[in-house]
Amino acid sequence: MTATEKKRQPLSTGSEWTFELVRAYDREIGRIAERYALDTYPNQIEVITAEQMMDAYASVGMPLGYHHWSYGKHFLATEKGYKRGQMGLAYEIVINSDPCIAYLMEENTMCMQALVIAHACYGHNSFFKGNYLFRTWTDASSIIDYLVFAKQYIMQCEERHGIDAVEDLLDSCHALMNYGVDRYKRPYPISAEEERRRMKDREEHLQKQINDLWRTIPKSASKGGEQDNKRFPAEPQENILYFLEKHAPLLEPWQREVIRIVRKIAQYFYPQRQTQVMNEGWATFWHYTLMNDLYDEGLVTDGFMIEFLQSHTSVIYQPPFDSPYYSGINPYTLGFAMYRDIRRICEEPTEEDRRWFPDIAGSDWLSTLKFAMKSFKDESFILQYLSPKVIRDLKLFSILDDDQKDELYVPAIHDEPGYQQIRETLAAQYNLGNREPNVQIWSIDRRGDRSLTLRHQQHDRKPLGNSTDEVLKHLHRLWGFDIHLQIMQDDKLINTQHVPPKNEVEHDGDYPRLDLIMPPI
Amino acid sequence: MSHVIDRRLNGKNKSTVNRQRFLRRYRDHIKKAVEEAVSRRSITDMEHGEQISIPGRDIDEPVLHHGRGGRQTTVHPGNREFTTGEKIARPQGGGGGQGAGKASNSGEGMDEFVFQITQEEFLDFMFEDLELPNLVKRHLTGSDTFKHVRAGISNEGNPSRINIVRTLRSAHARRIALSGSSRARLKTAESELQRLRVEQPDNFGDIQALEEEIVKLRARIKRVPFLDTFDLKYNLLVKQPNPSSKAVMFCLMDVSGSMTQSTKDIAKRFFILLYLFLKRNYDKIDVVFIRHHTSAKEVDEEEFFYSRETGGTIVSSALKLMQEIMAARYPINEWNIYAAQASDGDNWNDDSPVCRDILIKQIMPFVQYFTYVEITPREHQALWYEYEQVAESFADTFAQQQLVSAGDIYPVFRELFQRRMTT
Repeated sequence: MTATEKKRQPLSTGSEWTFELVRAYDREIGRIAERYALDTYPNQIEVITAEQMMDAYASVGMPLGYHHWSYGKHFLATEKGYKRGQMGLAYEIVINSDPCIAYLMEENTMCMQALVIAHACYGHNSFFKGNYLFRTWTDASSIIDYLVFAKQYIMQCEERHGIDAVEDLLDSCHALMNYGVDRYKRPYPISAEEERRRMKDREEHLQKQINDLWRTIPKSASKGGEQDNKRFPAEPQENILYFLEKHAPLLEPWQREVIRIVRKIAQYFYPQRQTQVMNEGWATFWHYTLMNDLYDEGLVTDGFMIEFLQSHTSVIYQPPFDSPYYSGINPYTLGFAMYRDIRRICEEPTEEDRRWFPDIAGSDWLSTLKFAMKSFKDESFILQYLSPKVIRDLKLFSILDDDQKDELYVPAIHDEPGYQQIRETLAAQYNLGNREPNVQIWSIDRRGDRSLTLRHQQHDRKPLGNSTDEVLKHLHRLWGFDIHLQIMQDDKLINTQHVPPKNEVEHDGDYPRLDLIMPPI
Repeated sequence: MSHVIDRRLNGKNKSTVNRQRFLRRYRDHIKKAVEEAVSRRSITDMEHGEQISIPGRDIDEPVLHHGRGGRQTTVHPGNREFTTGEKIARPQGGGGGQGAGKASNSGEGMDEFVFQITQEEFLDFMFEDLELPNLVKRHLTGSDTFKHVRAGISNEGNPSRINIVRTLRSAHARRIALSGSSRARLKTAESELQRLRVEQPDNFGDIQALEEEIVKLRARIKRVPFLDTFDLKYNLLVKQPNPSSKAVMFCLMDVSGSMTQSTKDIAKRFFILLYLFLKRNYDKIDVVFIRHHTSAKEVDEEEFFYSRETGGTIVSSALKLMQEIMAARYPINEWNIYAAQASDGDNWNDDSPVCRDILIKQIMPFVQYFTYVEITPREHQALWYEYEQVAESFADTFAQQQLVSAGDIYPVFRELFQRRMTT
């Protein structure tokens, strides 16, 4: 022991941090990260106060956002929680941009700062740069510019049309924000400059398209009939906001532009919502690895390491299902455990691992780990890599809650027959497609009352939540005409909701409809 | 590759606007909470904000999500005794058991959204509907201060105020209007000339005539001046008088033996409320404390509220002193004068008519507002009835109310200063 102790030349011994120390730690951590060839954007580390952290927190992680009361609500909630000491602030916020911006809080100790640097500046940062979802769906270099553009545009709208008009519009857009993303189509990269340049053209073009769609003057008589009876849109549309932006009949050009902004921001956050476990797990894995390497090289003291381990342990703590603190599976725990286990499978595979993971057992752990990070999202990552050992360690089990049965049922637990099922169930749980109700735009009544029909395809008879009515009201505000929501079970229509509510039940499609265009007298 | 930046000195109130937006949106809720708080809490602790709570469902942002029901399979950690195929009784109600993971997706599950507003905001909400009567009646005379306010565009003005854009625009319009017909003719003449030269090059007569006309038209167009005095437009500024921003508040209080400390406390709260209220409307406020028993004395605040006196009561002494101070120190063309008098209603009987006369003749014509509060659970006494006559003559500027306990202060205060619809 004396030999290693002699070698020890820690970067710092106290818990106070200075800018020199932050730079020194960053340099060392960066050097070790290079050893693992972590590919990152350049880092921009910003030291801020607790109040500023609350600001950043309130704007849901966007470094700058347009003004909206809901951010004020977040802020008040955060402020209250923090001032009463009910909750600590997040240690860090990191923004998927190039350069990658990470916030360090002034109040933290040196150890915490080093932990955040390892976690955010090398963990999250390399994830943002490497993962395929982020690579294809977001453009890190232009996001800040775009947010500036969005903020200014919305401010101008407020000046021109009044705060209330803009606020109502944003409320409605936010209600549908999760239905403003393209799930399968790769969006164009966003660029503020481009947006500004194209805005004018787009306004005109859009309005023309809409006029075409809603043209009430009959075209030449021969064409008319059959074409108009076709359903529009021809395919159900999942991107409701996009559809509204392009086709809502009554919106002003600036309103379409605001919808577009909300949609683009939703799209920007979409990968983050799909890679929570992977992203946090990756960052946690790397802070753990990097900090241990720092210790092995004698650059940090024992006290430092104990403080680090203490906060690391609390980050990855998973309360059991019957604990009062339980609120679902902790993504840090699950992700960290999975990456650690992949490394273990590569380095010290057991017979079981060879059976379950013939491809990766015994392979080079670093490239395997990087491949996993780059090529999956939560759902497929779990489906691919959740190992029996992790299931056993976390003692995972599944519960089937069927409202037609009196009792809950346990379909699988952490044993040999259950592994595969647990894995599939858990993967499905992280599938955004399952988590969010499948609601799509089915048709619009172009020649009739211009109503918009949505279809909710029920999955396992799961009903919609109780705020659906409110959402439909918002949709009604944007669309401007009646909204119908059809609840489908497989091919069977089981219920229809209307906004504004309808008294008598109508039989849609039973009768041939007449066009409502009357010939002029 | 890393940059470390110190942002601690940057503005920390990035969320202020969003916060204001939130308060604006829920102002009805907040106002109600503030009103409740005002009647509940003592007025001496107006120095802090208030905790507001709003029913959670009122501020939820709706999203489409799954409700409970149907067939839901979820994975949970920390199994202890369950085995495959086991059936478990469904847990009732909350109890962080199964399904909690799902529930957390659909909102915070809190019944009340609770937050803190600052003292400033608290007072803003509290005073929202109130407006001091005759608030901006008096202007400074003589050395009036004015501010310049833009008031559109005019045809006359000072050269330094020329509005270049508007001037050139109207010059342009004038040039179009005056030379339009000539230009049109010039155009046809030129094309005609072109045609003739090509088709009938020998027709010298017509060509010459056209050429002459073109020269004439060109000259005419040229005669229209580029800029005419008629075109000049000026930014118009008008002077608006600045209302006086100084106010003086007279606090008059009976400190005779009949006034107990608790009565004085009630009076104090009333004065504080009035003071806070004036403070929001005027830049500079002087407060004059006059206390009286059989004789009146101007005192400082400490003495006003806390020193004990005994003896009888002659209210007119205080009114006389107030009148003297007004005349000596607060010329009415510079100051907005407010007065608040508090008493338990006792007065030496022969004195009450005197008070009425002083008020009507020497005080009321000069003050913006005079309030009298009688702090007593008993019957009204002579002073009240005399003051009723004052109220009749000065309905707009005089008000009196009876207070019984501290809880009455705010309602009475509101009533006294209820926003009046100005006609």
